[in-house]
Amino acid sequence: MSALNSLTIAAARDALRQREITALALTEACLAAIEGAGALNAFVHHTPDIALAQAKAADARLAAGNAPALCGIPLGIKDLFCTKGVASQAASNILRGFKPEYESTVTQNLWNAGAVMLGKLNMDEFAMGSSNETSCYGNVVNPWRRGNDTTPLTPGGSSGGSAAAVAADLCLGATGTDTGGSIRQPAAFTGIVGIKPTYGRVSRWGVVAFASSLDQAGPMTKTVRDAAIMLGTMASHDAKDSTSADLPVPDFEAALTGDIRGKRIGVPKEYRMEGMPAEIERLWAEGAAMLRDAGAEIVDISLPHTRYALPAYYVVAPAEASSNLARYDGVRYGHRAKLGAGDGITEMYENTRAEGFGPEVQRRIMIGTYVLSAGFYDAYYNRARKVRALIKRDFEQVFAAGIDAILTPATPSAAFGLGEMADASPVEMYLNDVFTVTVNLAGLPGIAVPTGYDSKGLPLGLQLIGRPWAEADLLNHAYVLERAAGFSGKPAKWW
Amino acid sequence: MLDHLAFRDPEAKVIHGATGPWELVIGLEVHAQVASNAKLFSGASTLFGAEPNSNVAFVDAAMPGMLPVINEFCVAQAVRTGLGLKAEINLRSAFDRKNYFYPDLPQGYQISQLYHPIVGEGEIFVDMGPGVARRVRVERIHLEQDAGKSIHDMDPNMSFVDLNRTGVALMEIVSRPDIRGPEEAAAYVAKLRQILRYLGTCDGNMQNGSLRADVNVSVCRPGDYERYQATQDFSHLGTRCEIKNMNSMRFIQQAIEYEARRQIALLEDGGKVVQETRLYDPDKGETRSMRSKEEAHDYRYFPCPDLLPLEIEQAWVDGIAATMPELPDAKVARFVRDWGLSEYDAAVLTAEAENAAFFEAVATRRDGKMAANWVINELFGRLNKQGLGIAASPISAAQLGGVLDLISSGEISGKMAKDLFEIVWTTGGDPAAIAAERGMKQVTDSGEIEKVVDAMIAANPAQVEKARANPKLAGWFTGQVLKATGGKANPATVTALVTQKLGL
Repeated sequence: MSALNSLTIAAARDALRQREITALALTEACLAAIEGAGALNAFVHHTPDIALAQAKAADARLAAGNAPALCGIPLGIKDLFCTKGVASQAASNILRGFKPEYESTVTQNLWNAGAVMLGKLNMDEFAMGSSNETSCYGNVVNPWRRGNDTTPLTPGGSSGGSAAAVAADLCLGATGTDTGGSIRQPAAFTGIVGIKPTYGRVSRWGVVAFASSLDQAGPMTKTVRDAAIMLGTMASHDAKDSTSADLPVPDFEAALTGDIRGKRIGVPKEYRMEGMPAEIERLWAEGAAMLRDAGAEIVDISLPHTRYALPAYYVVAPAEASSNLARYDGVRYGHRAKLGAGDGITEMYENTRAEGFGPEVQRRIMIGTYVLSAGFYDAYYNRARKVRALIKRDFEQVFAAGIDAILTPATPSAAFGLGEMADASPVEMYLNDVFTVTVNLAGLPGIAVPTGYDSKGLPLGLQLIGRPWAEADLLNHAYVLERAAGFSGKPAKWW
Repeated sequence: MLDHLAFRDPEAKVIHGATGPWELVIGLEVHAQVASNAKLFSGASTLFGAEPNSNVAFVDAAMPGMLPVINEFCVAQAVRTGLGLKAEINLRSAFDRKNYFYPDLPQGYQISQLYHPIVGEGEIFVDMGPGVARRVRVERIHLEQDAGKSIHDMDPNMSFVDLNRTGVALMEIVSRPDIRGPEEAAAYVAKLRQILRYLGTCDGNMQNGSLRADVNVSVCRPGDYERYQATQDFSHLGTRCEIKNMNSMRFIQQAIEYEARRQIALLEDGGKVVQETRLYDPDKGETRSMRSKEEAHDYRYFPCPDLLPLEIEQAWVDGIAATMPELPDAKVARFVRDWGLSEYDAAVLTAEAENAAFFEAVATRRDGKMAANWVINELFGRLNKQGLGIAASPISAAQLGGVLDLISSGEISGKMAKDLFEIVWTTGGDPAAIAAERGMKQVTDSGEIEKVVDAMIAANPAQVEKARANPKLAGWFTGQVLKATGGKANPATVTALVTQKLGL
């Protein structure tokens, strides 16, 4: 057997239940891998004591024969999730030292299912970023490299720590959150699977808010099966989140039949962007061929409002963020600026927020404040809401026409070099989200699956978009794609 | 119902300035704290006067990742209030965020309902004397969160924040500019408060801040208001100023009076009224500018993404409607009709639902007017003197009814009844038993009284002369007879006998 930390969740689960391995040994293997992976800067808060205690408890349950779904499975948790007594900072200086007295619903679901917490994972500050370069902890480095080229690459963002940790076998799976692509883009950049569920499938309670109407947590895993297993535990109806759906959570793993015969897969023409790299085009076509070979019908479809999605997203998300982040004012918790003589409440707010928030967060707060302000509200925020409704309608129409899932590229390129975008305008960075934001705007489930490589040997992924609440069906499509692509690459260990 | 009774509008208040008469136009936004044990979006207690920061849930303190969940009871209270104001209930409403920074507003926004309030158009009849009432239109009622409390006077260098009140549910009840004078404005608040207390949706405690009003005041020339009414075009009216956060009826009147005169003086001086927010200083008796329109916050309202639109069902509203109490206007009308009371007495008795219930318990199967007189004059008089509410009355309705029964049956006189009332008030007990025990029984046997009358006439020939010359003086004999019988003789019987025996 290979190193325990390189197991998938499914394989580890089975081995644990067969008593071939112990949760303690599995956890120790992960902790050792984390210790040796400082160069990746993925884990920013280590919780070995919690992990070992949970692992021992898991072994006891396994021995007693009443092991729940994730019993003994070591996971990493994105820093955006509030974890009781453990630093939860959303990778921001303004929450430096913040340790909540409560546990997010998602992580509580995981611990209830016997999972083991290894620590907190790096991310873009407040989940705002596509390269992990806005983190107060410094950026994560992608475990993948361009062959022998040692240029450090971005793992993507905002769930870059989660993606790097899973890809580098530091943990078996990780939680991510996705507001505009923050699970799917880093998953694609690191050759792993990441699913953003339907809005409302997973509780937002205890997850630091970025843009409430778009945020959704989901699993980031080595395989589609692992994503199905982990999502089954993360998802729940939560009375504490008014936007959480009161729907039963299906057995996602049981849905992985590999049979998609007769399914209709839409390929939207609007996602064929001008200047799209040939290798992305080829990957997309290959993916469509794989699904066709599996018995699905490939249908050209149109989602006519796609081109307005990115601008609408970059109005709605900052607008909500500007309001959601108003609570970080230095009054009750987190960072508070030192005040000089004669300074009052205004100086306290201004200095605290200027010191506590990084430039990208400040930029989005300013954009959001602007688009909501009197005189601009209709021109920006209201128009963006209307666009959002049209984008949602585009999807409803194709689903009503019998489309079961939609296949698109996950990202416009493979992982880029850290710092490479430093001189680019923020808008160029925002273009990373071009294939993913529509899914958040429409509240749909979307999954990124690694299916190939670029010319430099970096992983590339495709995205499948499903009908609302049809994650089971979507995962099955992804499972077919995964098996057909046979992607099994791992980054060569250099760290 | 009062609106079915004939009533006329009160006169608009007129202020005579140097350049002629001016009229006032007033609209109010009343913030009424919803009577509820828990806050609007959290389970924290709303108890007044608790230790600072002891009634604070994570969401009230705006801890990261915390989410609001609507308190169904607060929604029911708002619906109940809407039904009480005969207002339309919006089955679909929505919450918005009103964004501004202040230390006692932890989220950095107040969750309110700007675009889609839960309650639409309603009305309140403001009684301004018998037969006179102003119909004030209510534009809307929306639910929102209260802020916390900032304390600036505990330390020279620091401010403190108490979040106990943060997130407590408020109903903002917005009137149309239908109020035409300071007294009307105070009467409007009083009537609204009365209705809310009847409904049990707000305790109306103005001292504790459960009921506060923002008062919008403008002045115009006679005739302008009628032009506004005809067109609903606000340009016929003057520029308004808003006086914030008033929590006393008296101050509301004073502030409006001052503010109207300030605006008139300004206009007559060739100046202009600037739309702004003002504060009333009760010590100086004046309003002063808080912030102008230019300095006004840009609240950046937008739909709260943490809450789905609030959808309620007609059947649920109907269920609330089925439990509505009889409201003051209907009660007054019924008291006038069924108990034969004056509108004034009916209004006094119905000021509080508990008072009205007490009265009805006394009046049932008895004479309504008599019961009203006793409840208003004896009982309320006595309660007021001792600063007691009806709930603390030492005399129950049954006891007071017992006293009244003894009067009606002629067993005791009115004078005796007052003494008996005093005894029952102080020592309690059954009035009939006390009367029997103490021998409080008036003599109605005319034979017995006749003897006393005869003796009195025989013993006072001079008085007989005077009374025959001036029959008004016959009362002297009645008094003497009552005195001689120790107040037990029935005064009516005595008077009749005296008149007869004197041959008047």
